[in-house]
Amino acid sequence: MTDILPKLAAPGAVLSGSSPNTDTREGMSYLETLPRRLVTLYLPLGIILLVLLFPFYWMVLTAIKPDEQLLDMERVSPFWTWTPTLKHINKLLFETQYPRWLWNTMFIAVAATFLSIAASVLSAYAIVRLRFRGAAYAGSLIFLAYLVPPSILFIPLSSVVFQYGLFDTPFALILTYPTILIPFSTWLLMGYFKTIPFELEECALIDGASRWQILIKIILPLAIPGLISAFIFCFTLCWNEFIYALTFLSTTQNKTVPVAIVNEFVDGDIYRWGSLMAGALVGSLPLVILYAFFVEHYVSAMTGAVKE
Amino acid sequence: MTDLSLSATTPPPRTVTSWGRLKVNRNWIAMWFMLPTAAFLILFLAYPLGLGVWLSFTDARIGRSGVFIGLENYDWLSDDSVFWLSVFNTLLYTVVASAVKFGVGLYLALLLNQNMPFKAIIRAVVLIPFIVPTVLSAIAFWWIYDAQFSIVSWSLRHMGLIHANINFLGDSWNARWSAIFANIWRGIPFVAITLLAGLQTVSPSLYEAATIDGASKWQIFRHITFPLLTPIIAVVMTFSVLFTFTDFQLIWVLTRGGPVNATHLMATLSYQRAIIGGHLGEGAAISTAMIPFLLAAILLSWFGLQRRKWQQGESND
Repeated sequence: MTDILPKLAAPGAVLSGSSPNTDTREGMSYLETLPRRLVTLYLPLGIILLVLLFPFYWMVLTAIKPDEQLLDMERVSPFWTWTPTLKHINKLLFETQYPRWLWNTMFIAVAATFLSIAASVLSAYAIVRLRFRGAAYAGSLIFLAYLVPPSILFIPLSSVVFQYGLFDTPFALILTYPTILIPFSTWLLMGYFKTIPFELEECALIDGASRWQILIKIILPLAIPGLISAFIFCFTLCWNEFIYALTFLSTTQNKTVPVAIVNEFVDGDIYRWGSLMAGALVGSLPLVILYAFFVEHYVSAMTGAVKE
Repeated sequence: MTDLSLSATTPPPRTVTSWGRLKVNRNWIAMWFMLPTAAFLILFLAYPLGLGVWLSFTDARIGRSGVFIGLENYDWLSDDSVFWLSVFNTLLYTVVASAVKFGVGLYLALLLNQNMPFKAIIRAVVLIPFIVPTVLSAIAFWWIYDAQFSIVSWSLRHMGLIHANINFLGDSWNARWSAIFANIWRGIPFVAITLLAGLQTVSPSLYEAATIDGASKWQIFRHITFPLLTPIIAVVMTFSVLFTFTDFQLIWVLTRGGPVNATHLMATLSYQRAIIGGHLGEGAAISTAMIPFLLAAILLSWFGLQRRKWQQGESND
């Protein structure tokens, strides 16, 4: 069983380029001279990276700049500050309901993710391994569900949520987010389950294990990389979701971070930018930290769902 | 189901009851395995989808279920210049943003596929705009596009290229291009990293062979990379088009559809009419009008996938 694990633990290939047929340590790059590579590779790459990262630099800088420097761009260079301040972040954490919004977002994201993963594990296993009548159709239908975007569903869903009495509760989001997450994670896990050798299951069946035992004791431990990928990707999608949260929540203290920042921080105050950027920064940090630890799982989740 | 396993220690009875048969029937087991997913998708996806189409034929408002009024909502929309403007904006937004995302994304993927120091870190960094919630990065763009304190205006002014600040979000066309740029910025990492994954499945020996045969860089790209990448391009671009077409967050944060409805997409207009204005029926009609476009995108994806299977000579697995 141990010889299977390395095979499954290879989703980082996209980042490091270490899969067998791409490991061209030297490759053909010796054919190019350094000045040529400088112009054709490093320069355009540098420009693109600069554009991609500048908004974050600007977000961080604005969040730690004192107010007067934010509005006075003539006397001091706006690109740097020598007097960073934690005033905006301090104000955010202790004078607003921001911690509460963070907690809401976290709670909703974790709950919705767990529900979705549990449902997806069951359905992905059934589609891939039970091969019931109509399994292929079920797979296609779930894929189609992935293509239905929230922005055409939020109007009817708001009346559904109202009918079920969920309006303005976290459950409105916990129960509706899985419709976005389940199709994605089912397809991702289907791909993972397919890589687990069928023979393992046959052995277990001969030894008298039930399907449930096979799933819990054999398939799931082997699919852990896939589960992590699905989990963090779903978590990120939840954190990112906006339109349902905007529509289904109305009380200030029930809101999630993205909605609260857009609706509660935007007042007429000319000094709002510091706290807005601090809010955006603190709201992004959990995801960036999670990403830093699981980069490879993340990439495999993103590419896995597309490749399927 | 777990306690059944305990009976393994006692000799199992030989008689096979119909219940015992049912327990090992894969269709019966599969039904229970599929139940949670089916419940979620039917209750919160299929039913609302149908309900949305139905609402578009009624005059429902918030807090009042409507009565059937036939095509009146659509009739009303067909005379509404704001609606047609939003259709135009959505198409412009989708076509321009997707085309640029594809071009720059493919270019970035080709760059990232080369050997360089700190390869893994650079690839990881590229994906950050995709990780950070759209709303939060849109707020950063809002500040970058500020009429008075925009850093872009400031830099251009100090370089002597312009004399007055650019009014990024106050002018119709400026606002459209600003929103499109922000969308491209957010979408490029996804396109680049997924295409990079596709590029890595191309065997380097093909490139070596072509180089020995004297192929130019462009010929290598045109006749090796691009054909082998076509299937994944089809899928990635379908998703990209789909999500750009139905975008809501970015516009809502940057402009809320303004100035004077100039940047309304169909999604933001339907929110405006249905939730803020309270005319659920009319909003639902706008949403429903998006469905034909989505179907077109799905068909495109379907044929893309078909072609991939055909190319690889795989069975349906």
